[in-house]
Parts: sequence; C-alpha cells; structure tokens
Amino acid sequence: MTEKKLTIIATKGTLDWAYPPFILASTAAALGYQTTIFFTFYGLQLLRRDLNLKVSPLGNPGMPMPMGMDKWFPVLGTTIPGMQAVMTSMMKRKIKSKGVASIDNLRSLCIDAEVRLIGCQMTIDLFDMKRSDFIDEIEIGGAATYFQYAGESDISLFI
Amino acid sequence: MSEFDQELDARGLNCPLPILRAKKALNGLSGGQILKIVATDPGSVKDFEAFANQTGNELLESSEQNGEFHFKLKKSA
Repeated sequence: MTEKKLTIIATKGTLDWAYPPFILASTAAALGYQTTIFFTFYGLQLLRRDLNLKVSPLGNPGMPMPMGMDKWFPVLGTTIPGMQAVMTSMMKRKIKSKGVASIDNLRSLCIDAEVRLIGCQMTIDLFDMKRSDFIDEIEIGGAATYFQYAGESDISLFI
Repeated sequence: MSEFDQELDARGLNCPLPILRAKKALNGLSGGQILKIVATDPGSVKDFEAFANQTGNELLESSEQNGEFHFKLKKSA
C-alpha cells in the first residue's frame, strides 16, 4: 500500500468546531495517512498552549439546547451575558460523560501520530499573536507551504 | 477459541478513541499476533471493519455480547 495523504484547513476556533479537524486527522493517521493540518484565522486558537475553547448558542439555530430550550427560548436569550459560559460548561460535561475525547487529548494523539501542524504566519501577524502562545510542535508557514502538501494529497478538506 | 495476545478495554470510549487505542496497541504487537478489543460504542462495529480494510490488519471476529462489542484483529505481517 502506498501512503495516502490528507490535508485539512482548519479555520474555526470554537470548542465544537475543534473536533472535526482533530478527529479526522488522528483517525487518518491511524489508517496510515500522512496528515497535515493548516490552521488559519480562528483555527489558530486550536494550537494555543492553553486551550480555552468555548461554544456559543449565538447565531447557531442548529445547536441542541437542554430541556428543549432551543424550541421556546427567544433568539435574544442566547445573547444574555454568561450564556456562552453556561453552554460551554454543559458541553464539556456532555463530552466527558459520553466518553468523547477532550480537544487537548485529541491534539496530543495527533502529535504522537506525527500529524503535521502548520500555523498560518499571516494570521499570527494580523492578530498580534506570538510564537510562544502556541505549542512547540507546530511549524509556521503560509499558503504556499499548505500547497506544498495539498498539491500531492489524495484528500483536502476545508473546515 | 478465545486466543489472543493482548486485550484492549475500550469500554465507554467514543469515536475515534477505540480505533486510535487499537492502532496504538497494534504498534506494540508483532505480525500475526492478535489483539482483542471490547468496546461499547455501536459505531465501532463499522469502524473496525473499515480500519481492517484500510490497514491490512485482519478482522477475525466482530460480535456483540451482552451489549458490548468484541473484536479480534490480527496484525498484518
């Protein structure tokens, strides 16, 4: 079997959207894919040393809420201060109780499986981030670096 | 009948952890050795089939016993 290749562009920085790139990358690595994730814009949050990811019901009508709140809760209710913290802690409890891995854990599994993690240089400049904000195991690069891997990959996903 | 070289308890773990743990356990085995996995994630039934198809490790057994899923994977040579 020749080694297959997967590249993923991760653009989102919320707790829920942190899952698809790390789940797919770690699984692909387990299946023998050489895997690369390029993190750009809000996706950079997934590479922080101290992960502090949140989930928001705001502007997300597809998000199931406890006790059918999504059915009768006015849209404006999702803007109440503290709602994000409440939903985030509920989501974290659910993640734990259902045996779903934490993002920290999945990220470590990706690193162990030699998934290549690339942080977008332009985003770091744009948001005045520092290299030291991020874990050591990443490379920093730009669009051309992404295409170096994407150009020869079998699958490319934009998340 | 119940011959295997190592057993992996993946009970309570959700996708993709059973597969990732199995892959890690297989790394520690040599070709031809058998890894038994017990999982509770119903999605793992299809996933272990797919894992075996794509990695060349043979799925010797996939069965349900008392609401748990039992698999045996033979590491490819």
